[in-house]
Amino acid sequence: MHLMYFTEQPMSTYPAQEGLDFGATALMFSNRYFDPVSGSRLYNEYIEEYKLAESVGIDGIMLNEHHNAPFCMQAKANIFAAILAAVTEKMKIVLLGNPLPLAENPVRLAEELAMIDMISRGRLVSGFVRGGGQEQLAAGVNPAFNRERFEEAHDLIVAAWTREGPFRFEGTHYQHRVVNPWALPLQKPYPRVWVPGVISRETIVWAARHRYPYIALNTSIESTRNIWKIYDEEAERCGYTAGPENRGYLQQCHVAETEEKAIENARQFRWMQGEFTGLAHPSWASPAGYSSPNNRRAFVEFSVGRRENPRGITTFEEQVEQGRIICGTPKTVIPRIRRVLEETRPSIYAVWGNDGTVSHADSLSCIRLLGEEVFPAIREIGEELGLHSPFEVDAPVSLAYSPETDREQVRQRA
Amino acid sequence: MDKATEWRTSDPVIAGSALHVMRCGDGAPVLILHHDIGTLDRTPFYDALSRQFDVVVPHHPGHGRSERPEWMRSVRDMAVVYRWLLGTLGLERVSLVGLGFGGWIAAEMATMAPSLLDRLVLVGPMGIKPPEGYILDQALYNHLEYTRAGFHDQAAYDRVFGEEPPTDLVVEWEICREMNFRVAWKPYMYSQTLPHLLGSVTAPSLVVWGDDDRVVPQSATGPWLENLPDATLEIVENAGHYVDLEQPDALARLATGFLVG
Repeated sequence: MHLMYFTEQPMSTYPAQEGLDFGATALMFSNRYFDPVSGSRLYNEYIEEYKLAESVGIDGIMLNEHHNAPFCMQAKANIFAAILAAVTEKMKIVLLGNPLPLAENPVRLAEELAMIDMISRGRLVSGFVRGGGQEQLAAGVNPAFNRERFEEAHDLIVAAWTREGPFRFEGTHYQHRVVNPWALPLQKPYPRVWVPGVISRETIVWAARHRYPYIALNTSIESTRNIWKIYDEEAERCGYTAGPENRGYLQQCHVAETEEKAIENARQFRWMQGEFTGLAHPSWASPAGYSSPNNRRAFVEFSVGRRENPRGITTFEEQVEQGRIICGTPKTVIPRIRRVLEETRPSIYAVWGNDGTVSHADSLSCIRLLGEEVFPAIREIGEELGLHSPFEVDAPVSLAYSPETDREQVRQRA
Repeated sequence: MDKATEWRTSDPVIAGSALHVMRCGDGAPVLILHHDIGTLDRTPFYDALSRQFDVVVPHHPGHGRSERPEWMRSVRDMAVVYRWLLGTLGLERVSLVGLGFGGWIAAEMATMAPSLLDRLVLVGPMGIKPPEGYILDQALYNHLEYTRAGFHDQAAYDRVFGEEPPTDLVVEWEICREMNFRVAWKPYMYSQTLPHLLGSVTAPSLVVWGDDDRVVPQSATGPWLENLPDATLEIVENAGHYVDLEQPDALARLATGFLVG
């Protein structure tokens, strides 16, 4: 298994009541509530936590980015990736990921990622995302072309990494006179690409078509199984059989020395008023054109207050009941994680360990317990269940770079 | 039924996509271009004009029952499609009545073929950056908030759309919204080049504004009047952005008087 640590890097000192009074904690919730003094302290604490994660044997750090919101302080995932490339030695740097549609120049992104891969001596996993709805508004990027831009930027980046330059790129949304970056990834053919997601069927199918592992973000066991069903069916259509190496899962899991402490801290997973990414203004979270036409009616009803968030909203207790939040001492969390692994069979397992106002000391303690006690047991369970990561089985980076036999099958089916 | 209010429809294919066209009345041809929230099939304003003119009301590409042309990227593209439509309908020389967003399309059409324009009526037109304030950005509001902001009197909104507009209608607004983003996302709802081209419009123009338009700031009347060579301004009282929906009789009187001028 590939076992990772993740935190949203919460801006934990923002005044929560102000967010509640404003009615949203994203996009237009004023940055007058952002405090750079605590921001500076928190960024440095997060670096310390990541370094501890490596020293206690955790395989990777998962990074992400969001904009205009206190739930996540990372405005550019590549900055933390670059820092980790220099201050860590062994662990994978897993970006989940760069929001491609927000990029006006994907070639620059390809350059940044190549630099991170070289500086880290080939430890980069370069995940890609569409970015949240409100991210499109924060960046001024047209939500109606979100998916087209995602796919085209991906194609351009992979071309920049794998095609000898100089070449010209004439796409629908991106046109480049000269693509010839003098920074190329150390890993060949290119760094692994993993694709995280929550709801969109199109993204699952797209990941399966590229043979990129899909990382289900904190979904219920039932939803996760549905995701694998969609993925596996598409994989079969593409001529390969998907397995644990194609599956990842992000789990909210807080570990502490006592049950009481663990439960108290785990409640912080709901710190953004119980929402995954904070209190969202429904129209900002789902601008027109951003979501699949299949979900249009549901999001419209949500937008005008006629139904709950189609992405789902649940209480702390329900989340614990569904296995989406796990908390306790190492002894009590291990069997609960085993159940998730048995039911959903991922080989990539990320623990979202700390959120909200969990103290630096408690965060460090959680990371130490994960690395020293929980993950060694999970590794054994993974072995027992045959959950081998893409690194362990040397899985192909993408369908285009799959063994000849697989590609021959695809050609025949086509 | 009054002959003047018998509406007929057709769906000609223009530039590869079917355009839904409603038409009614006899007389000089008038093309009415609707708002950014699509259009109702019948409105008192359309009916009033159809009693004196041959009124053509298309659903904008990507709005209502018109197909979405995937290739379309600008309001100027829409204007060309409507020029093409007029050719297809055999209507060479027409008057244009543009409502809000439709006013922007009408102005673009006017600059393309000034000699084929009889008269131009622009009602709270988008398309030019207001010197003060901003065009209300629908990306930041839900559909109910946005459409309500277009009315001076909320009771008028309730009469037109209902106190709680049906979800089917809100979904239609969402589809319009998506198309609006495809053609007018950035800069939002205006062109940086249009003001420089309006000098070509030789036809007389009437610029109408609701006295309480909270969607397109009234400051935008300045550049319209400065750049259109032969334009006059009328303000309609007790009206928001959707003057045609809120004060249909007043607007119909103004427009009719000007068009027969």
